[in-house]
Amino acid sequence: MTTPVLSVRDLVVEIPTRRGVLRPVDRVSFDIAAGEILGVVGESGAGKSMTGNAVIGLLDPPARIARGEVLLSGQPIQNIGREALRRLRGKRMGMIFQDPLTSLNPLLTVGEQLTETILEHMPVGNAEARRRAIAALEEVGIPAAAARIDSYPHEFSGGMRQRVVIALALCAEPDLVIADEPTTALDVSVQAQIVALLKRLCRERGVAVMLVTHDMGVIAEAADRVAVMYAGRLAEIGPVREVLTAARHPYTAGLMASTPLAGHGRRRLRQIPGAMPRLGALPPGCAFHPRCDRAEARCRQDPTPRVEDCGGRAACWFPLAAPADRQEAGA
Amino acid sequence: MSTLVSVRGLTRVFDVSKPWLNRVLERQPKALLTAVSDVSFEVAENSVYALVGESGSGKSTIGKIVVGLLRPSGGQVEIAGVDLATETDGARTASMRAEVQMIFQDPYASLNPRWRVRDIVNEPVRARGGETAGLAERLLEQVGLAAEDADRFPHEFSGGQRQRICIARALASGPRLIVCDEPTSALDVSVQAQVLNLMSDLREDLGLTYLFISHDLTVVQHMADTIGVLYLGRLVEEAPRDRLFEAPKHPYTRMLFDAAPRMDGFGREIDPPKGEIPDPINPPSGCAFHPRCPLATERCKRERPEMRTLGATRVACHLAE
Amino acid sequence: MTDARPASVPPPPGRLRRAWQSDFLWSFRRAPVAMVSFLVVTVLVLAAVFAPLVAPHDPFNPATLNLMNGFTPPGQPNAFTGESFWLGTDDQGRDVFSTILYGMRISLFVGFSAVLLAMVLGVLLGLLAGYLGGWTETVIMRVADVQLTFPAILVAMLIFGIAKGITPPEYRDQMAIWVLILAIGLSDWVQFARVVRGATLVEKNKEYVQAARLVGRSPFAIMTRHILPNVLNPVLVIATISLALAIIAEATLSFLGVGAPPTKPSLGTLIRIGQEFMFSGEWWILFFPALTLLALALSINLLGDWLRDALNPRLR
Repeated sequence: MTTPVLSVRDLVVEIPTRRGVLRPVDRVSFDIAAGEILGVVGESGAGKSMTGNAVIGLLDPPARIARGEVLLSGQPIQNIGREALRRLRGKRMGMIFQDPLTSLNPLLTVGEQLTETILEHMPVGNAEARRRAIAALEEVGIPAAAARIDSYPHEFSGGMRQRVVIALALCAEPDLVIADEPTTALDVSVQAQIVALLKRLCRERGVAVMLVTHDMGVIAEAADRVAVMYAGRLAEIGPVREVLTAARHPYTAGLMASTPLAGHGRRRLRQIPGAMPRLGALPPGCAFHPRCDRAEARCRQDPTPRVEDCGGRAACWFPLAAPADRQEAGA
Repeated sequence: MSTLVSVRGLTRVFDVSKPWLNRVLERQPKALLTAVSDVSFEVAENSVYALVGESGSGKSTIGKIVVGLLRPSGGQVEIAGVDLATETDGARTASMRAEVQMIFQDPYASLNPRWRVRDIVNEPVRARGGETAGLAERLLEQVGLAAEDADRFPHEFSGGQRQRICIARALASGPRLIVCDEPTSALDVSVQAQVLNLMSDLREDLGLTYLFISHDLTVVQHMADTIGVLYLGRLVEEAPRDRLFEAPKHPYTRMLFDAAPRMDGFGREIDPPKGEIPDPINPPSGCAFHPRCPLATERCKRERPEMRTLGATRVACHLAE
Repeated sequence: MTDARPASVPPPPGRLRRAWQSDFLWSFRRAPVAMVSFLVVTVLVLAAVFAPLVAPHDPFNPATLNLMNGFTPPGQPNAFTGESFWLGTDDQGRDVFSTILYGMRISLFVGFSAVLLAMVLGVLLGLLAGYLGGWTETVIMRVADVQLTFPAILVAMLIFGIAKGITPPEYRDQMAIWVLILAIGLSDWVQFARVVRGATLVEKNKEYVQAARLVGRSPFAIMTRHILPNVLNPVLVIATISLALAIIAEATLSFLGVGAPPTKPSLGTLIRIGQEFMFSGEWWILFFPALTLLALALSINLLGDWLRDALNPRLR
């Protein structure tokens, strides 16, 4: 088996505060292969962005990686130091943020930012860098790229700006791209364009993509596999179709049932009672048990199971049956 | 069913020019943004009318005009026969204000952080000198919170709980119409379901009418009886829910439906829509959608389409049939 | 509906407990500079307030003064009378320590009153400008802009001069303190108004203000009950830093001879008196009042700096 581009092993991120140490990411493990899009979903505060930031080495102090490994093509990168990480970012890891305005320097033209990144990471000269920058802009679908390369970020519309950010993330030909809510700030029609673009680039370039979002629809359409996070822990991970249509973790199942589905009219939505606990007030045992209708004594006492402890799919002592089992039970 | 809200020829223009001195020095003309342009629709009593659209569609502006936070530049809004913008009888406008309430998008900004929940919920009644004893407690229980929560401050609640407090406040004055401006778009999915269910229950129990503003098609489909689709300040299509989703007439509506991500759209390869929403300060001539429309003809570039009635659908498109 | 009930939050702890555990006090307990500053300010303010009880002499009672005690160096017995003074005496034989305590009273009184005046005026005008906008805003903010183009001390001197001109000569000494407060207060409202206007612009677009407008709350009620409590944090910070500035402004004016009269000397007046003797060897008459002023202003400023950080939610 080939080595996955990104491999995260038992990652723990901690934030020391006056009220104790918070764990926004708690023993999370997953792999992303080349050419694969892993969707990471969860509600706000579930730790999905924090996981992305930890992988790419952009945790805001005092948050820090306390334990676990982040392997980029098999090489551990969680403690290689700031400078080495900075060189890896851009060269081997690209990132796309929610707000394209904050990830572009407003004082430099788009071309300057692209050529700067290319020159820093690739062994090419000025002219070649500029040629590649234009090619990168063309590739992300910016019309008249050669003419617009000398424009400033504010001269682009929101959707075009996000395309520039994607070009910037991809111009040094990285192996891994982390996209943190890349379409959340965009309108539906533009969102569809960006999702289609991400999928195409992933397929053509063989880039591994970690797509962090709260939008199940975007995940369904774009991702190959999906990881569902809850209160800093991985609740369920697996191929996107299986997880979304036949969830094994009660939280995933509840999440799917509570999403209004197109074409289902005005049926009453199933709702998960309560809200996700704050990090400072996690219940003992499985973090989901107070909201779970399947919870038993074990869920309240034993520490939260990891996905690996429960058969590799859902981190739950009493997972919902797989469809095959369900049919047998029904027969 | 009788009509509760009647919006006719509603237009709202914002002056977005630079300050006078800058404008004169830079020799720029006044910049006018037409946020809402000649929009007409009616909302039946005890129904849910949804306005959907992307940014710049004018949906929030319409909501603010309906509740009286903004004045229209042209056209009228009548609620139960009273036009808030022109009504001169103080008693009638006061009673009208009590009957129209609003739920806002951001549950963090819509509650005064320095006030106790009790005072927040009671405010609509107290502002009119009404009796508030026990009111907040009763309303909090009605929206699924505890009576003791009245003594707390907003920061002690989660986003979903705050939105419940907002709903309790909106109910305090005994309204007939509640304008809901993206009431769940700041909430997580599992909490969104709680709030949507609560709103449905309250509508049935109290006979409320909702003007529901959203960009989320799945939420709109779940909540609405009738849906109006807005593009660049204009109403382009209006139809009963099922009819709209089964047979969208306007090319923009179709584009919106195709582009929206679908939970069951695994690996769906769509041909994404072309272009982006134009600058509302300089909207395209004729039909505002023509630069992005796959069907556009010469006529669409010249002539703004009138609203036409096709069965149960009203649509503003030259080509729809 | 029962399934809709979200898990209730646990009951809040008592008020005192909550206050002690609050982030505010927690950050205070973790900031040694703030704690030392707070201690210095508290000691100085208490000493000033209780000056008649703390001071060993009453420097303004001529009956207790002995001219022979003049120019006694600190901590040494006087050559003629044998009396010894902790911080020495001035030319009139007044105990420097006592004059500092009494002088600080005047300085602090003028400072607090001037800041209060500036704060009330600035918050009021800032709220009006921010909430009402239009011509009200244009007029208020242009006046503020114009005033900002002059140094505050110049504005204060101008106001002081005008006020002095219209008070009858026999009341001048009596009125001097009040004129000083008016002058410093009027020269300092601008920053309050600017900050409050900015914060008001942010708050007034928040949805809770729209909700209040919706139910027909009057602009006055919205400004005082809704917006004002939410713009007070920055006001508190500016008030603290302004207090230090006001005390220094008072000292400057008094040093220039247009402030507190020598019959009611403030720290500034004492410094002015002291500098006459600086080069003749009687350094303590200048040194100790100046040191007190420095300690007072610096501590208040440091406290203000800490307050700004502690009240800024982004820095938590």
